[in-house]
Amino acid sequence: MILLLRRIGFYILAALVAITLDFFIPRLMPGNAVAAALANLRSQFTPATIKALELQYGVGTNQSLWSQYVHYWDKLLHGDMGISTSHYPATVTSVISAGLPWTLGLVGLATVISFMLGTLLGILVAWRRGTALDNLLPVMTFFQAAPYFFLAIVLVTVFSTKLGWFPAINAYDQTLVTPGWNWAYISNVLYHAFLPALTIVLASAAGWIVGMRNVMVTTMDEDYVLVAQAKGLPKRRVISYAARNAILPSVTGFSLAIGFVVSGALLTEIVFSYPGIGYILQQAVLERDYPLLQGVFLIITFAVLTANLIADFAYVLLDPRTRQEG
Amino acid sequence: MALGTGVGAAEVPLVTEDTAVPARRVRRLRIPRSPKVLIGLGMLVFFVLLGVIGPLVAPHDPSASLSTTNGTPQPPSAAHWLGTTQIQQDVLSQMLVGGRSTMLVAFMAGLVATALSVIIGVSAGYVSGLADDLLSMLINIGLVLPALPLLIVMTGFLPKDSNPSDLLIGLIIAVTGWAWGARVLRVQTLSLRNRDFVQSARIIGERRWRIIGFEILPGLVPIIASSFLFTVIYGVGTYTALAFLGLINGTHWSWGTILFWAQSQTAAQNGYWWWWVPPGLAVALLGTALALLNFGIDEFINPRLRSAGLSRRQAKKTGLPRRFPLGVTPVARPRDSAFPAAEEPGS
Repeated sequence: MILLLRRIGFYILAALVAITLDFFIPRLMPGNAVAAALANLRSQFTPATIKALELQYGVGTNQSLWSQYVHYWDKLLHGDMGISTSHYPATVTSVISAGLPWTLGLVGLATVISFMLGTLLGILVAWRRGTALDNLLPVMTFFQAAPYFFLAIVLVTVFSTKLGWFPAINAYDQTLVTPGWNWAYISNVLYHAFLPALTIVLASAAGWIVGMRNVMVTTMDEDYVLVAQAKGLPKRRVISYAARNAILPSVTGFSLAIGFVVSGALLTEIVFSYPGIGYILQQAVLERDYPLLQGVFLIITFAVLTANLIADFAYVLLDPRTRQEG
Repeated sequence: MALGTGVGAAEVPLVTEDTAVPARRVRRLRIPRSPKVLIGLGMLVFFVLLGVIGPLVAPHDPSASLSTTNGTPQPPSAAHWLGTTQIQQDVLSQMLVGGRSTMLVAFMAGLVATALSVIIGVSAGYVSGLADDLLSMLINIGLVLPALPLLIVMTGFLPKDSNPSDLLIGLIIAVTGWAWGARVLRVQTLSLRNRDFVQSARIIGERRWRIIGFEILPGLVPIIASSFLFTVIYGVGTYTALAFLGLINGTHWSWGTILFWAQSQTAAQNGYWWWWVPPGLAVALLGTALALLNFGIDEFINPRLRSAGLSRRQAKKTGLPRRFPLGVTPVARPRDSAFPAAEEPGS
């Protein structure tokens, strides 16, 4: 329990660092980028909006950095991240909450599938090492080394442009189905999510396979595995004895991997024009929409921190030793 | 091993006892000569050569429109081995020129990030108490903050209109890529600093920098090498992604820049495969080469990872089974018959 509390404390600290970093992002941009961006917008927006944006970035006002920082926290705690200049008059919060479910669904599902598939394959490759299965490693490594978006473009070209099996863009077909809890909509969403999810699974599975295999190979030499086999237990049981112990480092490795997977998934979304956070991020970058950029940075960081926290809880559940030590 | 501040209690046994041998033995760093390593090394040499001579042998200026008469990309021909872009730039020239930039950035990122991780990781592992707590906190925060949004912000510091320097881009990528190596190095340093040979050096009264430099660092060499390769892979992918997003000046040629232009002209949908396949494939193959080398280092650190102990011929000659049952992993290969292989597993 102590361990978990310490971890939660750490994540709160990490979140504080991220929020502070987020505050400095537009202020550290060279050449007074924010003032330039605001000047461009002056003709399109109402004076009230401009005023609010100036307050948000401390442009033109004579506030000290500290009072700007306090102002920023005040706004943030009230759930106000400002107005998205590229989606005007929508607020940053509404733009992000429209995209977030898509990303969470896609990345969450793909990561779980990739983790389970990778771990199972890792067990198999370790158990049958020295056979043709060993060749799976370099092949999967190739998929991992390929940029996510390149893999995405290949899949789109083959399965949607050439074969026409899957749609190339969007999260669902707006002309065919209406959003709601009906099978037609849900199946359409899954149909559209297949290729992006496949991209993420293909690109991230290698990490889990190699990690699991490497630990599994070492675990298989442990005495208790030998004893299990000497007792004549069925092979399935012996494998599960070794695998259950080998899986722990994979759970720890989760925190290392999730950041990469999220970054890659954002790029995948861009290729598929998938209406998630990655797509919003690209728009924010192209339009120099600083409020949106800040909001996206925060939400991605929080998502990654939460995923890490869940992995920590899973670790404590899986490994009784961590519970005793506390 | 884990002092509570580590991300988890158990560590990936990348760090096993085998690496912690005294300096004398590690100096002869023998990477296993498995096909994986040889192929990886061969590919890497090819790409490095390409990076060195590429820009010198490129037949055309990568940015120059070679003809203004035709607005559609031309497929590969004798004049343009990899075809042309929609404004008739030579793709082969772009690949050759872009290769150097891609590799410069990646290796720069690898070097700087590895240096950072050695400095921070080894210090955190060697000193203890508050300094270690603070440094570990820094490492863990560096691990959990997602890199891509940070990178997008930091590339804002690059000059937009002029050609950005490759070294500067590498530096920016390194800032987000050091934490993984630092964490692994910290853990290994922790386990090394209490070994007898380090303790005795301390009792003799050796200076701290000497103990770190001559007693501890040699034992960390395989891990440093592995973390270097890992960061170079990361650098290749990240640089390509940043260029693909259009965050790097579009006339600063790299493989990512080619992909950016190809994507902006929907090259994939229009069937201009010669435009977008070569740069993507090159990035993937370079990454694979580095990863294969990394397998070799893993196998050096933990000999059990060598997939099969014996070749078919050796198994026949020595009368040993090719795949050993559980409990025995052959880690040494019988080199000649004068050295009876049957004794291997016990040694």
